[in-house]
Amino acid sequence: MAEKIIYAVYEDPEQLKSAARKLITAGVKVKDVFSPFPIHGLDPIIGLKRTRLGIASFMFGITGTALASLGTWYFMIYDWPMNIGGKPNWTWYHNVPAFIPVMFEFTVFCAAHGMAITYLIRNRTLPGMPARNPDPRTTDDKFIIELRTEENHGHTAEAMTEMLRNTAVYEINERQC
Amino acid sequence: MHSESALREPLILGHRTYHDITVDLVKPIEDKAPRMWYILITIAAIIAAYGVGCILYLFSKGIGVWGLNKTVDWAWDITNFVWWVGIGHAGTLISAVLLLFRQKWRMAVNRSAEAMTIFAVIMAATFPLIHMGRIWLAYWVFPLPNQFGSLWVNFNSPLLWDVFAISTYFSVSVVFWYIGLIPDFATIRDKVVKPWQKKFYGVLSFGWTGNAKAWQRFEEVSLVLAGLSTPLVFSVHSVVSMDFATSIVPGWHTTIFPPYFVSGAVFSGFAMVQTLLLVMRKTMKLEAYVTIKHIEYMNIIIIVTGSIVGVAYITELFISWYGGVEYESYAFINRATGPYWWSYLAMMTCNVVSPQLFWIRSWRRNLIFTFFMSLVVNTGMWFERFVIIVTSLHRDYVPSSWSMFHPTWVDVGTFIGTIGIFFTLYLLFARYFPVLALNELKSILKNSGESYKNEQANTHHH
Repeated sequence: MAEKIIYAVYEDPEQLKSAARKLITAGVKVKDVFSPFPIHGLDPIIGLKRTRLGIASFMFGITGTALASLGTWYFMIYDWPMNIGGKPNWTWYHNVPAFIPVMFEFTVFCAAHGMAITYLIRNRTLPGMPARNPDPRTTDDKFIIELRTEENHGHTAEAMTEMLRNTAVYEINERQC
Repeated sequence: MHSESALREPLILGHRTYHDITVDLVKPIEDKAPRMWYILITIAAIIAAYGVGCILYLFSKGIGVWGLNKTVDWAWDITNFVWWVGIGHAGTLISAVLLLFRQKWRMAVNRSAEAMTIFAVIMAATFPLIHMGRIWLAYWVFPLPNQFGSLWVNFNSPLLWDVFAISTYFSVSVVFWYIGLIPDFATIRDKVVKPWQKKFYGVLSFGWTGNAKAWQRFEEVSLVLAGLSTPLVFSVHSVVSMDFATSIVPGWHTTIFPPYFVSGAVFSGFAMVQTLLLVMRKTMKLEAYVTIKHIEYMNIIIIVTGSIVGVAYITELFISWYGGVEYESYAFINRATGPYWWSYLAMMTCNVVSPQLFWIRSWRRNLIFTFFMSLVVNTGMWFERFVIIVTSLHRDYVPSSWSMFHPTWVDVGTFIGTIGIFFTLYLLFARYFPVLALNELKSILKNSGESYKNEQANTHHH
């Protein structure tokens, strides 16, 4: 039997959420959801784990702090110490108050850009990538649940379609894999 | 879905569906631009070209063509720099600080305010660059290995902190803005029919899918970037103020500068947002999204920040007397009563007195009055920087080196030119980019939209 993809189209995020809840209770696995804006409260229903991008950002940030500390030490203390206004640059820890602004800015710089680049790569959104949403209306006013028969061997395509018909669905489309 | 109090004024007027929002915002991009747009961009581009000409002239002759002299060695250049950076602050404040405070009204204004931030920071960065005189050596501001041995930039200097602050601020603002734009570009990509537009927005949208995981990451990135931008925006103008505050020039050597500069920046930035938005909502027919309530909210911020600025001016005056340093107190007496009294008066009237008029509700909800006030505030804030910079310098310790500053046509041309470049960029943005964060607006439609709120209120009564 050929595997199928079922797209259930909804007109309202709340209707989609209650439909997703029904499907999950019946043991159907939801492959993905496409929407024009984030649907709050959907992630726990379809079993999406929280993203770790925040942790990544923190790591990038402390890398920035470390690099800025190392840099200020190397440039100002080790490589070319200067005596400015009778305040010599002999030790890093005596001079660190003057380096705080740069350390802060560089921390933010690395945290923000590191996170943004990770985000773009993880989402596979990069310049020139083709559009990969199943239906152009998902960026306008439609909300789509994607089901795949290959992930739901306990249910036939007909049974799942029947289940969807009992929700506030707007239209149902099927596609061969 | 959480519902919102019926007492709150709706943020989206009339009856609108998700599809209506898409159409309202994509149509101006698909249609031919109105005649007014061509007229405005022609004027802006001519002024911009004149500004570029002045800058090229400056490069060929050196900064001697400015009116600077031995006593007043910083004048319009740095005044314009601080003015433009300040204007930029409103965009970040709206998109980052208001996001952290979950202010939903930000969604109608954040996109254009962030665009304004980016263009304003570009204009600001122009001034330190061209004021180097030899712009081809501008890379010397970065700690790069160089041919003079191990000579590095000075990390003790606020001018170097500024290099880091401005470049971080600019690049992070661009990234924050663009990440918000990607889903909206995808909406345009899926809506337009002309092949070149489909291709153009297809490239800009980076292949956005809008699946559940992408939106989850999107929200996390927006939140973290807002959290990072908030201290960043405060640090940027603090560092700008330290360019002055860490010196020992009377009138500059003031510990109050960082908070005073930051609130002044937000004050002038919101005024510029008003100037731009009031024109845009009218010409692009966005009255349903940028409502009188939005204008009122921003005017309230103008009262608050304007009052902080007023308190700072008075504190500064008081401390110059209370501190007991003769030079310091002379600097302030000279500001108010010396040959530059008129600039001090302009600053006090525009920044301290005029925003207080917004306490009157009907005035702060009046569009013409708001537009007029936004111009007054920005004039006042330009004078503030002029007062701080020029009047503190022009009377040195030795009366024989007292002098006045007289701008040359290159000073004036460069300043007016940056306004032209700014408006050219902004008009291009308004024509080709989604001017409101349309997908964010859709997410608040069903609890802050007028018809949905009325519906909810009615069902509760019955």
